[in-house]
Amino acid sequence: MDFDKELDARGLSCPLPIVKTKKSLNDMTAGQVLKVVATDSGSIKDMQAFANQTGNPLISSETQGAEYVFYLRKG
Amino acid sequence: METKRMAIIATKGTLDMAYPPFILASTAAALGYEVQVFFTFYGLQLLRKDLSDVKISPLANPAMPMPVPMPVFVQMLPGMETMATMMMKNKIKSKGVASLEELRDLCLEADVKFIACQMTVDLFDFDKDDFIGNVEFGGASTFMEFAGKTDICLFI
Repeated sequence: MDFDKELDARGLSCPLPIVKTKKSLNDMTAGQVLKVVATDSGSIKDMQAFANQTGNPLISSETQGAEYVFYLRKG
Repeated sequence: METKRMAIIATKGTLDMAYPPFILASTAAALGYEVQVFFTFYGLQLLRKDLSDVKISPLANPAMPMPVPMPVFVQMLPGMETMATMMMKNKIKSKGVASLEELRDLCLEADVKFIACQMTVDLFDFDKDDFIGNVEFGGASTFMEFAGKTDICLFI
C-alpha cells in the first residue's frame, strides 16, 4: 500500500505508539496516509480506538509475524 | 464535534503511581481532549525539575512482583527502596515503557495544563523554583472551574 509517511514504533509500549502516531499526523495534510509499525500487542485495539475517536480512519491493520502494521488516513 | 475534556487529580508521588496520570493525560491529549491535571499533596513531587526522588518501595506493597521472595524485615533495610527503584527503572526501560520525564514532556507538548496545589506548596514549604516552569498554582476552586465542564474526571 502507498503511504506518505512512516512511523517506526517498534519496541515502544503504551501510550507511546498512540501519542507518536498523533504527533506524526500533526505534520500531515488531510488525505495523506501514515504507516505505523509497532510491536506492542495492545496497539491492535488501541489504534482502532484512536481512529474511531479522532476521525482518522484506520484503512488497514495487519499482523506480520511479531509486528503490527497500521495504515491511517489523515482525516 | 465539541472538544472533550478530562481532569485528573494526582495525589501520589511514588514511581508506580506517577505513571497513570501522565499516561492518561498524554493519551487523552493525543485523542483530542483538552486536559488539566491538578497535582496535590505527594503528587506535587511529579512536577519537580528533578524526578530522581520519585521512587518505589516494596514495603507494604505485597502485589509488587519481585524476582525473589523477600520477607518484610529485609524490605525494611536501608537501601532497599533505592535498589527496588533502580530495578524497576531498568525494567521500564527494557520493556520500552517511557520514562516519567518523557511522558511529562509529551503532556506539555500536547498542551496538557498542569496546576499545582498552592496549599500543598505552603504546607510543605516547597520552593517553587524546584518545579518545572509550565505550572500554574491554584486551589480547589481553580480545579472545579475546569472539572465541572469535563467528560472524564479522575482521582489518582
